[in-house]
Amino acid sequence: MGILDSKVPSGPLAEKWTKHKNKINLVNPANKRNIDIIVVGTGLAGGSAAATLAELGYNVKTFCYQDSPRRAHSIAAQGGINAAKNYQGDGDSAYRLFYDTIKGGDYRSREANVHRLAEESANIIDQCVAQGVPFARDYGGLLDNRSFGGVLVSRTFYAKGQTGQQLLLGAYSAMNRQINRGKIKPYNRHEMMDMVLVDGKARGIIARNLVTGEIERHSAHAVVLATGGYGNVFFLSTNAMGSNVMAAWRAHRRGAFFANPCFTQIHPTCIPVSGDHQSKLTLMSESLRNDGRIWVPKRIEDAQAIREGKLKPTQLKEEDRDYYLERRYPAFGNLVPRDVASRAAKERCDAGFGVNKTGEAVYLDFASAVQRYGKEEALTRGMKNADSKTITQLGKDIIEAKYGNLFQMYEKIVDENPYETPMMIYPAVHYTMGGLWVDYNLQTTIEGCYCAGEANFSDHGANRLGASALMQGLADGYFVLPYTIGDYLSNDIRTGAISTDSPEFEYAEKEVKDRINKLMSAKGQHSVDYYHKKLGKIMWDKCGMARNAQGLEEAIVEISALRADFWENVKIPGGTDGMNAELEKAGRVADFLELGELFAKDALTRQESCGGHFREEYQTEEGEALRDDENFKFVSAWEYKGEPKDAVLHKEDLVYENIELKTRSYK
Amino acid sequence: MKLNLKIWRQKDANTKGEMVDYTINGVEGDMSFLEMLDVLNEDLINKGKEPVQFDHDCREGICGSCSLQINGEPHGPDRLVTTCQLHMRKFNDGDTIVIEPFRATAFPVIKDLVVDRTAFDRIQQAGGYISVNTSGNTVDANATPIEKDKADDSFYAATCIGCGACVAACKNASAMLFTSAKVSQFALLPQGRVEATERVENMVRQMDLEGFGNCTNTGACEVECPKGISLENIARMNREYLSATVKG
Repeated sequence: MGILDSKVPSGPLAEKWTKHKNKINLVNPANKRNIDIIVVGTGLAGGSAAATLAELGYNVKTFCYQDSPRRAHSIAAQGGINAAKNYQGDGDSAYRLFYDTIKGGDYRSREANVHRLAEESANIIDQCVAQGVPFARDYGGLLDNRSFGGVLVSRTFYAKGQTGQQLLLGAYSAMNRQINRGKIKPYNRHEMMDMVLVDGKARGIIARNLVTGEIERHSAHAVVLATGGYGNVFFLSTNAMGSNVMAAWRAHRRGAFFANPCFTQIHPTCIPVSGDHQSKLTLMSESLRNDGRIWVPKRIEDAQAIREGKLKPTQLKEEDRDYYLERRYPAFGNLVPRDVASRAAKERCDAGFGVNKTGEAVYLDFASAVQRYGKEEALTRGMKNADSKTITQLGKDIIEAKYGNLFQMYEKIVDENPYETPMMIYPAVHYTMGGLWVDYNLQTTIEGCYCAGEANFSDHGANRLGASALMQGLADGYFVLPYTIGDYLSNDIRTGAISTDSPEFEYAEKEVKDRINKLMSAKGQHSVDYYHKKLGKIMWDKCGMARNAQGLEEAIVEISALRADFWENVKIPGGTDGMNAELEKAGRVADFLELGELFAKDALTRQESCGGHFREEYQTEEGEALRDDENFKFVSAWEYKGEPKDAVLHKEDLVYENIELKTRSYK
Repeated sequence: MKLNLKIWRQKDANTKGEMVDYTINGVEGDMSFLEMLDVLNEDLINKGKEPVQFDHDCREGICGSCSLQINGEPHGPDRLVTTCQLHMRKFNDGDTIVIEPFRATAFPVIKDLVVDRTAFDRIQQAGGYISVNTSGNTVDANATPIEKDKADDSFYAATCIGCGACVAACKNASAMLFTSAKVSQFALLPQGRVEATERVENMVRQMDLEGFGNCTNTGACEVECPKGISLENIARMNREYLSATVKG
């Protein structure tokens, strides 16, 4: 096992978590009052963890770069949250959710973590409903469900296309209750710049007040990082503009191993890029694939005519359309997992069948759903001979009730009415499965430093199934971390308050200040965005939806050179003693310039294709991912040694005791 | 497109601000309003000047970070959109656009176009939650059926993004629409009824303490709300408040 001890409890899979909780050391309520915990990031994972830890009695300090925890990027999640409730009676169970998640992740996640996630999933729904999260309900007053990619049951709970918003506001209201009680002290518009270790343990952070520019020291008995993913390394992604890797990366520099950085999810249903000015990409929820059918023209000349504006998609006859997902994957059809759907879209567009000006878009068409729903609704209302106009209108109303906000969002951005003409979509960078390595307790390789939600690597393997990100964030925050952290803190009941006057704090603060001064003194010619966009282009071209050895080797050289140029030639106007967005961005891009190189290095090492990592050299004759379980059934965990080129690889072998590894097929 | 911009520049909360004129070329219709400002900022940085500071994050209309008073309207001339979803195709070549921060005593300016909206957080902290433990030992989620219409109304109230456009649109800088949306969400659900009296009293008290003005039913808030939060919520909050004070 080497230095990576996963601490997975022994015994039968379904009993591991219960047994573990029963054996964990507890902290007496009177002692919890003397223990401080820092939570960095206040999205679903951080917000729920902060609220629960405060409720248990710990003193919690939360940090976020936004002006309010309510703006964390979890708020943008659209489609839903999975839970094995089996309310639909369609055969769902915790085991099936576990199985789908492991299979969806291409057998590159840890069995025990995933089973625990499936077990806690049902609990999350109960909790959120009790908190007043208004999930969608049917006319009987019961909760409604829908399906997501990669599964054959309806287990996704939702609130229109704003599920993430409602769940985040639920966690935020739980936080507010604790803030009102004085148990959480919120530090908003603050950014964690470094982690402070005392005797090898995480004992605090150095933060920058983004309003005053002041560098602050904050101590605690443990530090929880719940800071999301690093998809913005690509510049263009579906992440919020401020999403960054700084906290996780600075912890990595202090000794936390970074796992599977190359596992990045490309989401198949995003609004295509429209031009060079574009700052970010907008996702259209995967739930749309429940009712939308994906197609491109069958004939290349039709695709060309559409691109030139000579032909409208609605003019193309049914038999002239290629519903390529339904053709290739009859069992799952349009609901294949994200990695499969993304690669299939790229394959069609690369072959010349793309439908927008740049040739990088496919159609997502609701016309047949409008007819199907319209007919059903007409019959339900007793209209046996409804005309086609009425049927279409009734159908559109149903679609609007289900996905209205997404259709509105599309129309605002693209300036086309998706009720009348099919949406255009293309894959875009969305979620990062890699992150800080954690053991079963969610502790990183730094003692006392924990990591939850998207920021850790543990539950999704090489690919995440839809509606599972919200599930992991809340399971980690509400139900896992608050238990497991107690085991560590039970040894801290006599420690007392941690001083911020120690040499360790002084040293870390000085390093942070030196780094800022170095950035400010570069006085070069190029803006931070100039470097970020260059990095993003390298990442997308050479570490994107498909990778090969040659491209990855080039990427490593190019990123390293770009990083050197950045430190020489970046230009940051303004000062350090107040709000300065350019300085904030510079610190983040400096980290992305290191992470990007490690990303490419990790992708180069993994000589197989799995999930979101598709190496062109390793594919079947039909163009599907070719996994190599014999040699790559492990988590790669990188140890920081200065430059990314010097990072040392450690392997955690993945042990499958309960699942037989199979070729992933959705045909 | 070539545009003339008049932008409010203010170094910090304690410094006097002023309108500054800028000219920008090559603006395309597909750009969002914030992307247009990105282009302006890139140009300013290249000239060695300080870029214009503005709040933004998700850029897909849901985080509520972006603000901006554009030609006198919060989030600009388009209906039901945030500034990040406002596209430049709504403007014409040669237009002059006035860009200011949201104006309200309770939203002090931090820098340029960035204002402090933490008053909204404090209103929520005063009672915008259901007092349930986060321990997960609750009843099954389907144990209490909720009428679809009630659940939907609660959801519509809950979709408020807390951007503050309602306050910026109101001549009295009132926070009634925001506060009432929060009150409504919980008032409509059986889970939230138990502490409804305390909730509405505490939240209204905090709203007044923060320095927001009174509601005089002009309805500008509803017109400018990017999420279409309805005035009905204000009526519902008034009923809740009245019944709370009667119960005393």
